[in-house]
Order: sequence, then C-alpha cells, then structure tokens
Amino acid sequence: MLDKFDDRLDPRFAAVDRQTLVAQLAAVLPTDALITEAEGMVVYESDGLAAYRGMPAVVVLPRDAQAVRAVLAVCADLGAPVVVRGAGTGLSGGALPFPGCVLLSLARLNRIVSTDADARVARVQPGVRNLAVSEAAAPYGLFYAPDPSSQLACSIGGNVAENAGGVHCLKYGLTVHNLQRIEVLTISGETLVLGGDALDAPGFDLMALMTGSEGLLGVVTEVTVKLLPLATHARVMLIAFDDVRAAGEAVAAIIAAGITPAGLEMMDHLALNAAEAHAHAGYPTDAAAILLCEIDGAAEDVADELARVRAVCEAAGATVVRLAGDEEERRRFWAGRKGAFPAMGRMAPDYYCIDGTIPRRRLPQVLVEIARMSASHGLPVANVFHAGDGNLHPLILYDANIAGQMEKAEALGGAILELCVEVGGTITGEHGVGREKINQMCAQFGQAEIETFAAIKAAFDPQGLLNPGKAIPTLARCAEFGAMHVHRGELPFAHLDRL
Amino acid sequence: MPTSTVSSDADLSAVLADQVRTAASDGEALRITGGDTKAFYGRRTQARTLSIAGHRGVIAYEPSELVITARGGTPLAEIETLLYAHGQKLAFEPPSFGLASTIGGVVAAGLSGPARPFAGAVRDFVLGVTILDGRGGSLRMGGTVFKNVAGFDAFRLMAGALGCLGVLLDVSLRVTPRPRARAWLSLDEDWPSAQDRITALMRRAIPLSGAFHDDGRLHLRLSGAEAAVMALRRELGGEAGREAAWAEVRNMTHPLLAAPRLWRLSVPQRSRVSHLAGRWLRDWGGAQCWLTTDEPAENVRAAAAAAGGHATLFRGAKNGESVFTDLAQPLKELHGRLKRAFDPEGIFNPGRMYEGL
Repeated sequence: MLDKFDDRLDPRFAAVDRQTLVAQLAAVLPTDALITEAEGMVVYESDGLAAYRGMPAVVVLPRDAQAVRAVLAVCADLGAPVVVRGAGTGLSGGALPFPGCVLLSLARLNRIVSTDADARVARVQPGVRNLAVSEAAAPYGLFYAPDPSSQLACSIGGNVAENAGGVHCLKYGLTVHNLQRIEVLTISGETLVLGGDALDAPGFDLMALMTGSEGLLGVVTEVTVKLLPLATHARVMLIAFDDVRAAGEAVAAIIAAGITPAGLEMMDHLALNAAEAHAHAGYPTDAAAILLCEIDGAAEDVADELARVRAVCEAAGATVVRLAGDEEERRRFWAGRKGAFPAMGRMAPDYYCIDGTIPRRRLPQVLVEIARMSASHGLPVANVFHAGDGNLHPLILYDANIAGQMEKAEALGGAILELCVEVGGTITGEHGVGREKINQMCAQFGQAEIETFAAIKAAFDPQGLLNPGKAIPTLARCAEFGAMHVHRGELPFAHLDRL
Repeated sequence: MPTSTVSSDADLSAVLADQVRTAASDGEALRITGGDTKAFYGRRTQARTLSIAGHRGVIAYEPSELVITARGGTPLAEIETLLYAHGQKLAFEPPSFGLASTIGGVVAAGLSGPARPFAGAVRDFVLGVTILDGRGGSLRMGGTVFKNVAGFDAFRLMAGALGCLGVLLDVSLRVTPRPRARAWLSLDEDWPSAQDRITALMRRAIPLSGAFHDDGRLHLRLSGAEAAVMALRRELGGEAGREAAWAEVRNMTHPLLAAPRLWRLSVPQRSRVSHLAGRWLRDWGGAQCWLTTDEPAENVRAAAAAAGGHATLFRGAKNGESVFTDLAQPLKELHGRLKRAFDPEGIFNPGRMYEGL
C-alpha cells in the first residue's frame, strides 16, 4: 500500500539522529510542545485517510509563528523532513507522516486575530476551524464561503494547503477565491507576505500558487480570509429521477440555462438510501438519483429561478420535484447530504472516498462506466457528487478485514480517477493528491510538467524537506506507474469517445 | 463538441517553439507580444519581438461547461462576441486597448475591469494554460474544469506575470452567465462620503457590480436578478447613468485614464489616500485609484504604501524608471528562482516587470 514510502520511488534523505533532533527541538520549544513517546504520537499516524499509517520521529505543537520558525530552523539545519498538519481531516493522506519526519501540528495556532466587518475580512491563525470563522462573522451578517463537509473540524491552514471546496463553490468559489492575504514561513525561515489588504500585490501571484500546494512550499502562519454578506433568502429544491443518466443530463441543462445555484448536489440510489436511513431527510427512497438545488438571493428572484429549475428538470424527466416548505425541511434536506459519508457506515464496514472532476456533460456516461467498473471489481460504489461543479465523490464500499479488499478498493479507485482524466477531467477536485493519488499524477501530467512542478518546489524548498513523497511524484515513480502516458496507444478506456 | 473557427485560425505552436528554442540556444531575449496594444505597460525592454498574434482561434467552447479554450493570439473581441451570442461573458471585464487586444495579452497583463471587487480578477477565472517554457518545451498546466487541485496552480501564476514565465499558447477561462437585469445610476456625492456609502453597500447581499467615483459623482452599476436590481435601483435614487461611461472606465478611454503619465494605486477599499495633489478617478469602490499628478514618484509610492497598498506607474514611465513597486528582499529572490524554473536562460521579457527579472 502507498503508506509505505519507497527509497527507489520517493525522495530519500540522509538519516538524522533522532536523539540529536529531539534535543535540538527541546531546546527551542517548551516541554508541552513536544511529543516523543509512541503512545502520544499514535494519534498523528494518519489523517482522514485512516487506511494509511506511519510514525513520525517526533511531534511538535508550537503556539506561535516564532516557535514554528525555530522548528523549521532545526529541521533545515539537520536535514530532517517536515510534515505539516492542521486538523488532520484531509482525505488524501497529505498529513501522513514520512518516515523519520518532524510532524509539525499547527493546531495550537488557533486564534481569530480580528474580524473587520467593514473590510469584510477576518485575520485568523492557521489552526482556526473553518466553521469558527463563519460563526465569528455571523453577528455582522457575513460568512466565510468555502464549506468542506468537514467544516466543523477542519482548519483554515489545511483549507489553504488543499484549496478546499465545499457545496457552495459553484457560486462562491474555492478557497483561492476567498483569500485576501497569507503569511508564510519558508523552510529557510523567511516570512513571506503574499497578497495583501489591497485587491492585488506587485509581482507574481504567489498567493494563488501557495493555495493548494499541499504543504510542499511553505508553512502558512496567518490567513486573512474574505467574508461575504449572507444572502437574505435561500431555498432548496429536491428533484428525483428514475434514471441516473437523466439526473446527469438535468445538471448540465440547469447550468446551460444560465442558472447559478448556490449548491447543486447529486446522490445516487445507494447513497441517498444510506443518507435517508442515517438522517431521515425525507428523500424518496425509490429514486435512482436525486438532486438538491439551492438558490439564494432576493425572495422574488429565488422564486423565479426555482421555477426555471423546475421547468428544466421536468423537461429532463424528473419524477418528483419538491421545494423545501420551511427552514426545518431545508435543514433536513441538507443534513442528509452532509451526513452522506458517515452514513456509509451502515452499508459496509469501510468505504473509500474518491474525488475526481469531469466536464458536466460527461456525467451520464461516467456514471454508467463507474457502475460497470463497480460490477467488474466486485465492490459496490455509492455516488455523491458536487454535481454543479462536475466534482464526483464515488464511495467504494469494502471490508478491510477481508483479505485483498483494501487493495481491490484502491485499484478500483485508481481506475475511476484515470477515467476522469480520460474524459477531460482531473484526478482531484478538492481533496488533494496527497499520498493517495501520487501515482495518478503520472496519468494526468507528462514528464515536462512533473519536472516543472519539481523546479517550482525547489525554488521554495531546495532541500525538498517539506512534505516529501506527496502531491508531486518523482520521475522514477512515474516511470514505474505512469502506464497511461507511456502506452498512449493502449488506453484503459479505449471504447470511450475522446475529447 | 461545438467549436467556433474563423478562416484565419492557425496553430503556430510548432513554429513558436522553434523560435523559442533558437532564441534560448543563442541566449537572445524575446519580447512576447499579442496585439501589442499594451506595449506602454511595464518597463521598457530591448529584445526581438516574438508575436503570437497569428496563433489564434477558439479551440473549444461548450456553454454548459462554462469554459472557453482559445489560442493566445485570439482577439479578445472575437471571444467576447462569441460568449455574448451564448448569453455568457468574461466576468472580470478585462480592458481592451484596441481591436488587436488578444486573450493571451489579457491573461499575461492580469488587468481586470470595474467588476473586479464583485466578481474576481483574471487569475480567479484561469482554469488552465498551455505554455512554452524558456527552452521551447510545451507545458499543460491546470485543465478545463473549475474544481481541480492536481499539481501546483502554476496556471494562475501566469495571470499578471507579464509573459516573464512563458509564452501563452492557449488559455482555458471560466465564463459566467450574463445577468438577467442591469442598471446604471449616478449620485452627486463627494469623496470620501461616497466611499463610506460604498463600504456600507458592500456589506449587504445586493446586486452591486461596479462603483467608481469621478469628478464629484459616484457611479454605481447593478447586475443580477430582476427583482433585486429593481429594488436596489429604487432605493439608491440618483440619476440614470450611462452604460457607455462604464466602457470608458473599463477600456481606459476616459480622458483622465488616457493621460500620458498615469499612476495606479491599489489600496484597501476604505483607505484614505487623497492628500496627493492631482486629478483622481477611483474605481473598484476606492480600491483602485487612478491619478495624474506632478508629485515625485517616491511620494506616490509612499502614500500607497502608507495606505496598505502599492502604486504602479501604469503609463508614461521614462527609460529606466521603475513601474511596479519593489519587492521585499526574500520575495525578490524567490521571484528570481521561480523565473529560472520556467525560463532558465532568462529570455522571456527580461526586465519588463523588474530590472534583473
């Protein structure tokens, strides 16, 4: 499994004497900021991708940017790899410890420095939880738009590292669209201020480059996020179909009609039934697929837009169109969707969440293809999508206690991602490459792009100490796993139309 | 998939790659141009011209995907006409400095129009690029879908990089539906009282899509759904505005913005920078201030910095004069290293942004 790093295919470092490392870190940190015992470190052995595990050499929990800088200085001096961790909710193994690494947790940098309602920004430390920002902004009628389903727990620093999305991106953008300014420490201890209080900054747009860089370029120590005014009205419509392809076609038709929903989510039969059993959301359990379409704005406009959505969906063959009657029903409709992942616990002992994006018009075709692959791999797949963005989250159901099922799930997941690339999409829409999709990067990018990514990495971190073995594969790894690029003539989905 | 082509469409990537490879092996600097309508922008550079104007044509456009992919030399006007016909637009409203303006130039310059504070900047809409690097190699970064976090976002880095990192062979841009309703109005109101009005308006979820202040008048633009636009129009009062006035500000044909020596101050929207003597036009609700002044450059830069922003000598820099605000030392060094990552021989637009870059 990919949680084992490979000297041949992943970055290598000269061994660092653990005692020296711990002693030097202890010299710059208070006692309670250092965990060296195995029983204390075990909670850091994996992130949201719990199947991947590894042990760091030491865990550090600094309280401020000064202490972070001191930790980085020790690591740079000794040549010790550093894995930065926020809340540890990431789903791609981005915070998986590299062997012998210093696991740098930013959880204690958890202060909201200021909230400025007139400037519509909040200055926060990286360990602040995503939802806490919107809670702090709410008294001013403002909110922080990116809302990954882990928003109760995930931290802003991690959101920046992953360029986190959520259910409202289609209208309100990803993390990169909702940042004003970030402070970053480089491995060499320099503070970079990227972006600014104005709407742009001189030079290259390094804030955009840093966003989504998965902890490979620098350590984010402060973030100024944009806050948006809360919409005065929001209503959600549930639309059911007796055919998944019709649901997929309705999604493309809604967007083609010039409608920009605040959220447009889709669940297939398996997913909606699990969600219904878990949250009692009121979903029609006989449907092949449902859409949840939320429209926000002025009351009259919301009504107009929903009428358009209804017309488009009825033309696409919807069997049920139901508008949430009140705030309570709206909350229930969404609770089912937001609880869809944990609800999978009722269907199988384990599930493996995939994250690809495809062009919207390919949804019907990709759904059919996923069903075919699910059958051929012998593992059920429940589909939950940010349909408006074409962002798929197929959930592969398996049982880790049955020998070989985890590997089978991994193989099916890889095949689904390669399908996404084939139809013109990407291997990750919002969860990041991390460790999990490191091999599929070789399917999406060629050698020249991988080399350029490595050169960008080296411009920030010449020793390659920050989060090694993640996000950007080595050329050696691609030579071994980049079968798609090497064998262009024999693509795995040769029967599909090419773009 | 539906594509749009015109008879002059041509794929010159192979020719351009050859030219770059030759220049790289000769160590010869190149000045990359599209329509060459923004030659005034940035520092003066001495170099042979590499024109991408002939490398043009829309490669893919599928309205339901909200994305258009076009070669770098495709005229901006051609793209906007095509989008208009399908009820869509470029939300960041790039300025056009003439019919020759190309989409490659739009992305490289990174300039956004009056909608910037409300809709976003160029880089917010770049989904992917194909570039030629400094050795003539072709790199495809990003893609054509909105949610894509595979690899570093090097494609966004191209927006505003002034061609210093690569030749933009093609760009994929996110497009948005045109609003169902729009309205323009103007109010007799001095700065900074108008500024405070804008601040209060921007705290509300209303269809405000533009706010500029010129010569004692505040001009507001509303775009969005019908009921919300009508309600806000009634609430704000004032006089009916002219749509054409917005085009003059966006395309910088307004007499002040066409001045031979023009400063751009990018500052926090609520900052008070008015002590510099000269003539002001404030766009972006006050976050982008245009200024013609006889004040020395250091006074203008100091005022912008004191306000928490930066100043650009947008037009009229003398030979050797700085255009953009200097970077702090660690950032400056990082820019140099990034430049070398893409362009090891330093042949693309050397010195256009900063001396030595």
